[in-house]
Amino acid sequence: MIFKNAEAVLEDGVKRVDIRVEDGVIKEIAPSLKGDGIDLKGLTVFPGLVDMHVHLREPGFEKKEDIESGSKAAVKGGFTEICCMPNTKPVCDNKVVVSYIVNRARQVNLCKVRPIGAITEGEKGENLSAIGGMKAAGAVALSDDGVSVINSSLMKNAMLYASDFGLKCLCHCEDKSLVDGGVVNEGYYSTLTGLKGSLRAAEDIMIAREICLAESLSLPVHICHVSTYSGVQLIREAKARGVRVTAETCPHYFTLTDEAIRDFDTNTKVNPPLREEKDRLAIIEGLKDGTLDCIVTDHAPHHEDDKNVEYNFAAFGMSGLETSFALSYTALVKGGVLDLNGLSEKMSLAPRRILNLGGGLKAGEKADFAAIDLNEEWTIDPKEFLSKGKNTPFAGKRVFGRVKYTVVDGEIKYEEKKK
Amino acid sequence: MRSKDLLGLFDLTAEEIMALVDEGAKIKALIRKGQKQFNDLAGKSAVTLFYENSTRTRCSFDLAAKNLGANVVNLGVATSSVQKGETLIDTGKTLDAQQNDFMILRHPAAGAPRLLAKTVKAHVINAGDGMNEHPTQALLDFLTMKEHFGKLDGLKIAILGDITHSRVAKSNLFGLTKLGSEVRLFAPRTLLPTDIGKMGAKICASREEAVRDADVVMGLRIQLERQHAGNFPSLGEYAKFYGVDDGVLRLAKPDAIVMHPAPVNRGVELTSSVIDGRKSRIEDQVFSGLAVRMAVFKALA
Repeated sequence: MIFKNAEAVLEDGVKRVDIRVEDGVIKEIAPSLKGDGIDLKGLTVFPGLVDMHVHLREPGFEKKEDIESGSKAAVKGGFTEICCMPNTKPVCDNKVVVSYIVNRARQVNLCKVRPIGAITEGEKGENLSAIGGMKAAGAVALSDDGVSVINSSLMKNAMLYASDFGLKCLCHCEDKSLVDGGVVNEGYYSTLTGLKGSLRAAEDIMIAREICLAESLSLPVHICHVSTYSGVQLIREAKARGVRVTAETCPHYFTLTDEAIRDFDTNTKVNPPLREEKDRLAIIEGLKDGTLDCIVTDHAPHHEDDKNVEYNFAAFGMSGLETSFALSYTALVKGGVLDLNGLSEKMSLAPRRILNLGGGLKAGEKADFAAIDLNEEWTIDPKEFLSKGKNTPFAGKRVFGRVKYTVVDGEIKYEEKKK
Repeated sequence: MRSKDLLGLFDLTAEEIMALVDEGAKIKALIRKGQKQFNDLAGKSAVTLFYENSTRTRCSFDLAAKNLGANVVNLGVATSSVQKGETLIDTGKTLDAQQNDFMILRHPAAGAPRLLAKTVKAHVINAGDGMNEHPTQALLDFLTMKEHFGKLDGLKIAILGDITHSRVAKSNLFGLTKLGSEVRLFAPRTLLPTDIGKMGAKICASREEAVRDADVVMGLRIQLERQHAGNFPSLGEYAKFYGVDDGVLRLAKPDAIVMHPAPVNRGVELTSSVIDGRKSRIEDQVFSGLAVRMAVFKALA
């Protein structure tokens, strides 16, 4: 099979090429290849997008999402590989749950689903999970996402023990005692709405602790969903002195501020919370200068019932897989922050490196890529989401960049239906 | 009023606020003359839906609606379906289906009245939502001030106490800044919300600065639970360094008045001599509350 006339985002720049795929592998990329194939004229081909921070909810919360619906959403969003967080029911803290997810994903057979195992049993922060067993069953990283491991001694041991198995800890950074029930950023809009606020410091304190541990132990660590300007600065300074810290952020942190909460739209409720304009600008600067390595969605699908309640009682999180690329492309590339190679780095190559997933748009690699019409402008409509989670604050927003094909192991797993 | 509901003073114009205050003054005058029964809400029904404890506010709304001729139901949340896990939206739909014309909601979650108002056809009146707003309390405060001073613009109003957790302070601030009054706030830093200075309030460094030459000295209730949360060491220390006594009150203008949304903690935010002194308008506030709530019902009906 040959994918022809693609504007491919290759390591050495964007080039018009044909891509020959055989046995699920990219055999050849060249300006012109002989033979029939699919014409990708006008489409830009990115190495398969990777979202290393999603919640697929299965097992346990299939009302919100399951591996099939989440995978459908992923390939519609251009993702060929997603890493799912362990806060399922039961928690993914053992090889049985890891194997279950791996097997379900194989049956669904859309994108690659890589489980992330819990750092501690039940994400309770008390005992280490069976890390070795989970690695053997297919876990690609560890996280207690949703909470921080509060006990610093246990976190130290987690980093050390995980390193024996070549796994990284992905750290959700939140000092719950400081959050103290806060549901939004503490600032003008928390005071205006009367919604309880949470200081940046609640996030920054834990970012700083994880950096300190990584530095003391000379081990790598990864910081999840950075939302604060001060957190960006902590990571920037740590990187400058050689700490092996990597970090991610999400589209909502560089496209929205806490002004969005003023009408109590529960779709704006996310953890960490939407911050202020200076944070949003610092996140963009951090993406530009490399302080922030990658973009993830923190895809957090919820049922309508979990959101159609008082703001305080609503669940945290946004459905993100089907809007991530367009939001990022529109804000960052159209916005002049990154070029196409820069976006490919943030949404594909960097997460592949951070989690040792391999891949890339070059001969010899698995044929995982997405073909996207960058010129197509469209309106985000949650009713069109394939994810069960329709919870997005971006409904009605105009964006650029529409995924037309997603190819995984050489097979077309998503093709946009002609209108 | 332009809106179906009264959710907060943030949403109202100065003209809308003054129309309610002036109507409240008229009603108060009629009541003083002995007329208590009106028929503006004859044939209408109102339900009070209180998810937090309250005696005076609920009683005030109940009486206000009855004085206007409405049928009133007081829904006890402790005994209702809410205890069975019914959502606010479903409760609202049920009450709507019963053809209620007004729903008066008190709720611990900020924004809850807005959620209810979006759901139901009935007029929703916010009787206090979390740390957000308590619009009728502020309106009754304005009525009390207006009756004493004859105006609101140009007044200096000192609000002292737990500002962070006070929806009363918020609604007063939103309203008074629109009406041309100066709002001064003083509280321990632990009980002063972030960026409230950006909303038009003057943040004072001492109670003396707040009270000096003030026309109105308003105390806010200090709850013991705030002490347990570590906001200040003890009620005694609060009273000593942040409370208002006769000595502090002497700094206010000679014809200044003392107000408090009540219930008061005697000897904490205000001393008994201040609460019971000749400047106190705390009981008049309660009367204003009845009148201004009647005005709100009439404006929405």
